[in-house]
Amino acid sequence: MATLHNAPASSWETSTTPRKNVDVPEGLWLKCPECAAMIYRKIMEEQEHTCPECRHHFRVTAQQRITCLVDPGSFEEMDANLAPSDPLKFTDKKAYTKRLADEQKKTGSKDGLRAGRAFIKGRPLMIAVMDFAFMAGSMGAVVGEKITRAVERATRENLPLMIISCSGGARMQESTLSLMQMAKTSAALARFHDAGGLFISLLSDPTYGGVTASFAMLGDVIFAEPKAMIGFAGPRVIANTIRAELPAGFQTAEFLQEKGFIDKIVPRNELRSQIARVIDYCNK
Amino acid sequence: MAKTPSPPAFSLEFEKPILQLEKELANLVNLQETKDVDYAAEINGLRTHLTALLKKTYQNLSAWETVQVARHPARPQTRDYIDMIVKDFDEVHGDRTYGDDKTMVTGMGRIGGHKVMVVGHHKGRDTREKIACNFGCAHPEGYRKALAKMQFAEKFGLPVVTFIDTPGAYPGIGSEERGVAEAIAVNLREMARLKTPIVCLVIGEGGSGGALGIGVGDRLAMLQYAWYSVISPEGCSGILWKGGANAADAAEALKLTSKSLKELGVIDEILEEPLGAAHRNPRAAGDSIEKYVDKTLRELKRLPLDKLVDERYEKLRKLGTDAVTA
Ligand SMILES: [Zn+2]
Repeated sequence: MATLHNAPASSWETSTTPRKNVDVPEGLWLKCPECAAMIYRKIMEEQEHTCPECRHHFRVTAQQRITCLVDPGSFEEMDANLAPSDPLKFTDKKAYTKRLADEQKKTGSKDGLRAGRAFIKGRPLMIAVMDFAFMAGSMGAVVGEKITRAVERATRENLPLMIISCSGGARMQESTLSLMQMAKTSAALARFHDAGGLFISLLSDPTYGGVTASFAMLGDVIFAEPKAMIGFAGPRVIANTIRAELPAGFQTAEFLQEKGFIDKIVPRNELRSQIARVIDYCNK
Repeated sequence: MAKTPSPPAFSLEFEKPILQLEKELANLVNLQETKDVDYAAEINGLRTHLTALLKKTYQNLSAWETVQVARHPARPQTRDYIDMIVKDFDEVHGDRTYGDDKTMVTGMGRIGGHKVMVVGHHKGRDTREKIACNFGCAHPEGYRKALAKMQFAEKFGLPVVTFIDTPGAYPGIGSEERGVAEAIAVNLREMARLKTPIVCLVIGEGGSGGALGIGVGDRLAMLQYAWYSVISPEGCSGILWKGGANAADAAEALKLTSKSLKELGVIDEILEEPLGAAHRNPRAAGDSIEKYVDKTLRELKRLPLDKLVDERYEKLRKLGTDAVTA
């Protein structure tokens, strides 16, 4: 039976991870994976986690993102206590509960998203930031619930909403319950849309699978970070299916802008001003 | 059983003893007819035996065996059900953006007492059709065609009935270039607020986002031996077990059967299949679907549209909330 059993790529792990954006190694100095310059970590961090030489954008945790994006001290976190409960009792080579405990210990978070109220250049907004450090930013019931609550609060409080995606897609260990978070978050966004809310979606490296195929692609404005990898199916799944080389630059932010699916590529150091500008133009 | 079913040409490993019995039975019936000998006692004995074996086998199907049944080449597909239960089917094409995706079938027709818009994935029955339909993997234009027809249905007050049967959305260059993720995302948002009843049926494979892209509605039902999951067992096994050999374990872990999904509260109803599954008696599976759609649409049509959409939201809103602790 020649069917495409690998087709539903809902996980980043199915794809070729871009070699250039591996976890940032510890130490005072580090080597830029893009231009190979030796850079001083403190300088890199002060410049919104980008390379001072070539502007390579390092991947950031949710906490780092919030720190370098919102007005200092303005983030008021919500639903930080929500935790996954493993309703499927999922076990592969490792029990999901064990995997969760390890990830929680590693990141200090209950799951892979932080959400809350904040200000950017004095403008109030609701913000939700995915954390790739926690199980590759995968979306399970907690991530879906926190996004939905953020959307509902933004609707009630008439606040602009910003979601920053960084995810391999839906979380396999919660199976169909993860998949259904795509429907739930999109339904909440439909109501937000009906209420006239402004939704700014920022796609960072990587954004894949069920995240791209739900809220990430539903922004009134869709921004992406330079060279971020963005897609539905992972590149390896596609290459295996079509049995051919993928074109250069395939699934990069630049490629998506060329194809008409994002509005603008915004370098990290311009993000605050860009967001403030959009909020002002939309009278929000 | 009044009629002896002809044995399916394709055999699943766990069905081999069943197929052997079916063959013996067919031979005996044939012999009785041609030779004019009375084998009634033997035939009845074999029938009883066969029924018992079918019951036993199908009562104890593993998740992985269920996936194989859902992929059986003789399993009825969207166009088969359209032929069986949709009266005066009037197919319409036209996504208005790019081109006609043969994987996505859309058209008007009648099911039971209701005029409806039918939307469904079709995998293809022979080789030519399978290739034309990309084995049931839809492209972005397929999802956009589905949405265009659903919005047409909304405008003219037709309920929507979707038939889900796909391994997943097509993973290819063109599919990504034309924004398959965006197409699915927009369908999720629009189906959530479409002001007309939507009934979704998983009839075979419910492969991830490609299935969900026409799967948001007021009711979600599954045929008994269909599967629905965030990823195929093979894909999951390849990632979490670092190899494709554990598909059976992955299928079990993913809780992808209709029974598991009913228990998890993801689906509203399991539509019973005939003894030995839909490929043994497509008509009976069609009856099961027809009855459910007719009954469900009668319920949904009673609701004012605003209330219908509000209740749909509440239903979607609850998904996975039991999987979260505070
Ligand atoms: Zn550099």
